[in-house]
Amino acid sequence: MLSIKNLKAGIAGKEILKGINLEVKAGEVHAIMGPNGSGKSTLSNVLAGREDYDVSDGQVLFNKKNLLEMPPEDRAREGLFLAFQYPVEIPGVSNINFLKTALSEIRQYKGLPPLDTKEFLKLVKEKQALVEMQGSLANRSVNEGFSGGEKKRNEIFQMAMLEPTLAVLDETDSGLDIDALRIVANGVNMLRAKNRAFVVITHYQRLLDYIVPDFVHVLYNGRIVKSGTKELAMELEEKGYEWIKELAPAV
Amino acid sequence: MNATVEKIKTGDKFAELFDRLHTQLPGNASIQSIRKNAIAAFLKQGIPTRKNEEYKYSLPEKLFKTNYSLATKLPSLQITADDSKTFDISGITQNKIVLINGFYSQQLSSVNNLTKGVIVSDISTSFEKHAAHIEKHFAKYANVDADPFIALNSALNANGLFIFVPENTVVEQPIHIINIITANELSLIQPRNLFIIEKNAEIKIIESLDAYKLSTNVVVNMVTEISVAEQSKVQYYKLQNDCEKIAQINTTQVYQLENSHFDTNTVTLNGDWVRNNLNIVVDAENCETHLNGLFISKNNQHIDNHTLVDHQKPNCQSNQLYKGVLSGKSTGVFNGKIYVRRDAQKINAYQSSKNILLSDDATINTKPELEIYADDVKCSHGSSTGQLNEDALFYLRARGLSTDSAKRMLLYAFASDAINTIRIDVLKEHIDKLIEKQLIQ
Repeated sequence: MLSIKNLKAGIAGKEILKGINLEVKAGEVHAIMGPNGSGKSTLSNVLAGREDYDVSDGQVLFNKKNLLEMPPEDRAREGLFLAFQYPVEIPGVSNINFLKTALSEIRQYKGLPPLDTKEFLKLVKEKQALVEMQGSLANRSVNEGFSGGEKKRNEIFQMAMLEPTLAVLDETDSGLDIDALRIVANGVNMLRAKNRAFVVITHYQRLLDYIVPDFVHVLYNGRIVKSGTKELAMELEEKGYEWIKELAPAV
Repeated sequence: MNATVEKIKTGDKFAELFDRLHTQLPGNASIQSIRKNAIAAFLKQGIPTRKNEEYKYSLPEKLFKTNYSLATKLPSLQITADDSKTFDISGITQNKIVLINGFYSQQLSSVNNLTKGVIVSDISTSFEKHAAHIEKHFAKYANVDADPFIALNSALNANGLFIFVPENTVVEQPIHIINIITANELSLIQPRNLFIIEKNAEIKIIESLDAYKLSTNVVVNMVTEISVAEQSKVQYYKLQNDCEKIAQINTTQVYQLENSHFDTNTVTLNGDWVRNNLNIVVDAENCETHLNGLFISKNNQHIDNHTLVDHQKPNCQSNQLYKGVLSGKSTGVFNGKIYVRRDAQKINAYQSSKNILLSDDATINTKPELEIYADDVKCSHGSSTGQLNEDALFYLRARGLSTDSAKRMLLYAFASDAINTIRIDVLKEHIDKLIEKQLIQ
């Protein structure tokens, strides 16, 4: 589904990703862990298509299409979803209108007619229940005045609405208390499916107690220095990131 | 009155013109003396130049470089009822007043079931017919020495609208004034309006300005005086749309008395060259004043909003929010002046101007001016100018919205603050649609 080969990218002339290789297949959950500054957020931003980042080398195929050539909206329409680490507050834009427009444009891209209001509202209700989100939040401006937990829940709610084939969760656990973490993870778990893959980016192992990954990769200094299964996450939790640094190739 | 076509140019041409023409313009002796006084005030001030601080970003000089004819009568051009309907606001049909170049069109207007005592009439006949009201209020608020365009209008206005709402009277249905501007030669059109809202009365007025078969450029210099008496509530909405080829100087002069409310929105969506002067004198206690404005400009358009809130008495509040979206090479000005006079304690006066520039060539000049002579007041002002929020744009696109629809959504959200205060639902919907249309281009 997602195939990243030798991806090198940076921002403002500084190279941050120094050759990433990653294969993600449908149905899999991959966790990417790493200390601060290792390039986790750069990877998610490059995948989603943020224009501030420059890709200097490498290739990313998403369902066999060249992802890096697509504008952000086409990536979303092709089925990629980024749950933001810092969801943006957009005063004056209602959550519901925004999602309705997003869904219509995605459906149009796929040659489907827009949902009628009744179908749409039914979907909203169903997916809100999934993340235990209050109805009033959906009617408010996008993320405006939301607590940290509400913002993250809103990300998962949007993910549930848009039904992507690949979801990248960028530090979705940051700033969450244990209850919010459980709710968010629960939402993700309910969306796990054979035809859907997840890339869960996190600093801490904690989230992986709730979202159990098939594979764990350690990102350090712009490269994946170690890959393994969920036991690797436990090991990191125990030993910290120090020992991983020794695995990194000398610069 | 004779058909009058007068070529005018700046300076002493106006003096000559006035000498020849003033006796043909409507009004009894006291109106004539107002006219004489006004032309003297105009000649003293002249058309503002770059040296005039009030007009330095909006130079009207260039508008007066060519010859204009002064519109002093109803144009001969026929406007059919069907044509005039294109300027309707759907849902507002009961009280519709059509003014063609400031002249009341009996045939196109429909005013039904007005409460007893309410007067809606053209101002030229009101000069005589309602002389007592005119004597008391006409030209009592718009000061000819304060602005040359007030002076020019006061000297040479040919017609306009008169509205009178008696004490304890609520006009339930909004009154929609449709100003249709039409001409086939360069013209100076000077409507003059007077709205008198007596004690404990209420009215909602929507005023729109549209061009019709306008084959040439025109200058519209409109002055509207609004007297808002004790306990009265006035909503006044100004919609400036379809105004290509119209250069307009639009002065609204408001006078508020005790416990009155005056709420106004100025929405400018398609102006060529627009200068709005909105001056409010709050001359009594416990008044509320809300001023909101929105403009969307493109190409070479120029939109200038000047506001003045003059707090002369204590315990009042005023609020201003002006928003602008500028693209192309368009230019905008917001100049907001707040006076708080020495004895006007406990005043809350707020002002905010926010603008988005969508192109490198668009410019905005914002200037708050607070002059506060009382010591126990709360006043604030803020202004911001920026581009669309890139993070928000990316967020929306990352959910599948095209750049265009994401931009439109963000711009609408930005603009909506300034129109959410509109309390006539059908008007709000009408403006929403116009904005949407404007943002699609």
